[in-house]
Amino acid sequence: MNDSILKTIGVAFSVCLVCSLIVSSAAVSLRDLQNENKLNDRRIKVLQVADIYNPNESISEQFNQLESKFIDFKTGMLMDEYNNFSLEDYDQVVATKNPNLSSRVPTSKDIAIIKNRENVGKIYILRNNLGSVDKLILPIRGYGLWGTLYGYISIEDDFNTVSGIEFYEHKETPGLGAEVDNPNWKNSWKGKKIYKNNEVVLSVIKGKVDNTDSLAAYKVDGLSGATITSRGVSNMVSYWFGESGYSQLLKELDYES
Amino acid sequence: MNLKKYQEVIIKPLIDENPITLQILGICSALAVTNNLAVTLVMCVAVISVLSFSNLFISLIRNHIPSSIRIIVQMTIIASLVIVVDELLKAYDYETSKKLSVFVGLIITNCIVMGRAEAFAMKEKPLLSFLDGLGNGLGYSLILIGVATIRELFGAGTLFGYEILPLVTNGGWYMGNNLLLLPPSSFIIIGLFIWLIRTIKPSQIEEDDFVVSNHSTSPDLTKRELNV
Repeated sequence: MNDSILKTIGVAFSVCLVCSLIVSSAAVSLRDLQNENKLNDRRIKVLQVADIYNPNESISEQFNQLESKFIDFKTGMLMDEYNNFSLEDYDQVVATKNPNLSSRVPTSKDIAIIKNRENVGKIYILRNNLGSVDKLILPIRGYGLWGTLYGYISIEDDFNTVSGIEFYEHKETPGLGAEVDNPNWKNSWKGKKIYKNNEVVLSVIKGKVDNTDSLAAYKVDGLSGATITSRGVSNMVSYWFGESGYSQLLKELDYES
Repeated sequence: MNLKKYQEVIIKPLIDENPITLQILGICSALAVTNNLAVTLVMCVAVISVLSFSNLFISLIRNHIPSSIRIIVQMTIIASLVIVVDELLKAYDYETSKKLSVFVGLIITNCIVMGRAEAFAMKEKPLLSFLDGLGNGLGYSLILIGVATIRELFGAGTLFGYEILPLVTNGGWYMGNNLLLLPPSSFIIIGLFIWLIRTIKPSQIEEDDFVVSNHSTSPDLTKRELNV
């Protein structure tokens, strides 16, 4: 009886119908909450890297202190408008999937293994009370051991000193590569210098930085047991502060001030 | 109502018929999500809820499932529950769901869920099946929490992220055991658990499937290939 063709089809159909209704209603009803979580998660990282995060205050309100700008990687110019995108909604990682908005990085230059770089990025500016730039918050990304690390790096108003680094998404091994989230390690970036004679010198080395080294300000401790992740972060810094990244913008700003 | 029977289906899977240590099921997730106690707990709650409710729903319609498509029907129900749990996690505990990443989705392939559906829920009444799922989920959780406690404490020196053994890298005295932070260490820990349980409860020791025979003759050294 149970095995008749009609019953088999009937049961299969009704089980599928009920299950799909449950799944789709769960997905649809929770979507807003999920998107908000995702957005807040990233915003918290931006606030943390700017060192202004206060967990007791509303995230969107704190986020409004920051000014966002488009940056054209070709010229290094900051812009307020880009096509029809609004500054709030533009997502440069999504843009890398669109061939009209991104360009392929030649393999020889692709040290951070990002494959496609967006033509226009989005950066955040923190201004002090007088209205001049206090910190720049720049998105960076690059390949580690298991996948791409996405994060932000903030720099001081001399445009050469790191103020903080945060990663909002990565797939590194917990306890080893995932120590990129270790507060002590992140703090060790504070005050490190990026450029020397117009070259990116800042790098993550293997082992501990020798403080007597004359280049100690350009070196960050490697993560123990995570050589490849450390190298990935190092390459990421070289790429994004190099000429295909933010170097033009930073040079420009440096000349101005 | 046979109260004893209800008690039994919950208590037995904890040690006596533990899905991990006796039946050696669900090992994959036990390897993947046990390096951090907080994440492990969320995974346990996810598995317990999927297991109990899949048992309940499958048991409810067990008399109408045609045997020719029963596995597909079970899978559909299990998969839907897993997706719902995944969506709920993403909405209400985003941090943990980020850490669990694909492993919530992989509950679908957890052999315990399918195993209980096929072995228990297809035959027994809904309430009993629900409790059986709960019991097996708890048995699974018991082992996972044990493994996670050892791994997080001796691997990273923390429990629930709070520092218990101050690490050398953070200016303390404890040198973390990096092996414990990698998945293979759970294999070793689960093995030790199985050894412990079977020493206390020798009835769990399985008989050998076959006897290894002695060498009938001594090896013929003249026929050995020379590795020059």
